[in-house]
Amino acid sequence: MMVSTKKNKAVQILLKNLLAWAASLLVIIPLLLVLLNAFKGDGETINMTLALPKSWHLGNFATVVEKGKLLKSFLNSLLYAGAGTVITVFFAAMAAYVFSRRRSGGMSALYMYVVLGMVIPVNYVTLTRTMQMFHLTNTSQGIILLYMAMQTPFTVFLIYGFVSKIPEELDEAAVIDGCDPMTLYIRIIIPMLKSALVTSGVLCFLNCWNEFMMPLYFLHSSEKWPMTLAVYNFFGQFEMKWNLICADVLLTCAPVIIIYLLGQRYIVGGQTAGAVKG
Amino acid sequence: MNKSKIYPWYFALGAVLIYTLLSVMPGIMGIAYSFTDWSAYSKEIHFVGFKNFTEVFSGDNDYLGYITNTVKFTLITVVFKTGLGLLFAVALSKNIKFQNFHRGILYMPSVLPILVTGLVFTSILNPKTGFLNEFLRGVGLDFMAQKWLVDPKLAFYSVMAVDIWRGVGYIMTLLIAGILAIPDTYFEAAAIDGAGAFARFRYITLPMLRQTLAVTIVLNVIYGLKIFDMVYALTNGGPGHRTEVLYTAVYKMMSKGLYAEGTTISSVLFIFMVIIGYFMVKILTKDEVVE
Repeated sequence: MMVSTKKNKAVQILLKNLLAWAASLLVIIPLLLVLLNAFKGDGETINMTLALPKSWHLGNFATVVEKGKLLKSFLNSLLYAGAGTVITVFFAAMAAYVFSRRRSGGMSALYMYVVLGMVIPVNYVTLTRTMQMFHLTNTSQGIILLYMAMQTPFTVFLIYGFVSKIPEELDEAAVIDGCDPMTLYIRIIIPMLKSALVTSGVLCFLNCWNEFMMPLYFLHSSEKWPMTLAVYNFFGQFEMKWNLICADVLLTCAPVIIIYLLGQRYIVGGQTAGAVKG
Repeated sequence: MNKSKIYPWYFALGAVLIYTLLSVMPGIMGIAYSFTDWSAYSKEIHFVGFKNFTEVFSGDNDYLGYITNTVKFTLITVVFKTGLGLLFAVALSKNIKFQNFHRGILYMPSVLPILVTGLVFTSILNPKTGFLNEFLRGVGLDFMAQKWLVDPKLAFYSVMAVDIWRGVGYIMTLLIAGILAIPDTYFEAAAIDGAGAFARFRYITLPMLRQTLAVTIVLNVIYGLKIFDMVYALTNGGPGHRTEVLYTAVYKMMSKGLYAEGTTISSVLFIFMVIIGYFMVKILTKDEVVE
């Protein structure tokens, strides 16, 4: 009896490990394919294979940066995602704080109204009209404000949860000591929210960096394109040169991967904070 | 203490204002424009009643197909992402070597730009030169080598498969966090009572994961109904309109100047999402299980 359960357990663990390796391989192969082919010569990538490059063509990256205007689009992406993140988190945190502290009728309805934004789809046809109305089409300000509008609901939702963990007695003590609302928020609340702000900031940045559809609709001139749009355009121009496309893809994903590796704790933490309570 | 004084309403102003102007307002305007003949070619806009809606639902054109495709995409990807996500989560939550490595790798695709993932898979799934078919031929499974993105019968399933590849790690991660939040004593007590692995899964893990599963399903449904990047990069709605989903259709209508049609099918989704969205948000914001 005892022996058979032990045996069972061993089989179970073996199966689990096999499954894990199979799944990981399925994910790694495409990633490895991109990595290896980014270093290959021009004729080598008609078939993308996992073979090592005959010689390592580091020049691919220089070619891509030059032909794909990657430096410009990198800076654009940085501006849109960076500024988008800063204003989103700034305003969302203030809103989440007030929503979380005042849960009476009107304010809780307003919270629901904002959070509903996680669900409702964008109507691009009328959004185009709206953007034209405000003269925001094809401008950096426009795309940044759009990112803010899109990211605000989830960011508010996320920070709301963190605010409710800060005891209200702190606020009361501060008010008794003579703090006005702004001082209370900046001196007491913000320091307590630091990790929430980093978490929501990292997630917001990733989402903005990866955004493709908004720039596709609203940024028409190529010198305004972020990296996702630039890589798509590059793909159209160099359809057969997969070594160059892979190099471009690698450069586009590099910042995201670096942020992921450095901020894994925040990313996973933030995404699970919304979903798993307790 | 006077809460409205300590927590002034204007703190919420910036967020609410931008969200309203650029997200809610276009949605509501869209419903209004759905009752008109708005297009790039007409100078004046006329009220046409329910004409656009009857056109969408009459089935005389492909519009209804785009909506059913979107729903089909959502349902199938949700089922597979949740099922596989649960399987991997159970396997990777405890007692496994290189646990962090596996988790980190599986989560990786969901942080990469969706568009870029799509582009890379256009190469992998290429019928002649693609890695997948080369591999299948290499191991003698020639009959399994297909025209993944070109065959009208297969294309949509290929798109779904790539999206499942991309999204399953994210679901797994949420579920692992859910599993780890279940107190170990439950499992230990059940083991002492003689419950096997399956019984423990069925009677402890699954019921305790209900809220997390509900949240992941809601997130997946929201994602699926709004899918664009993946389809745009892989097939752009082709072959024919076999893989056309709502947002790719709207994009094409926009570039053809068919504004009324585009705003009508967007509004169908908008109205549908606002109605079910209320319940979805209730699930997402439910905090009875806090701590």
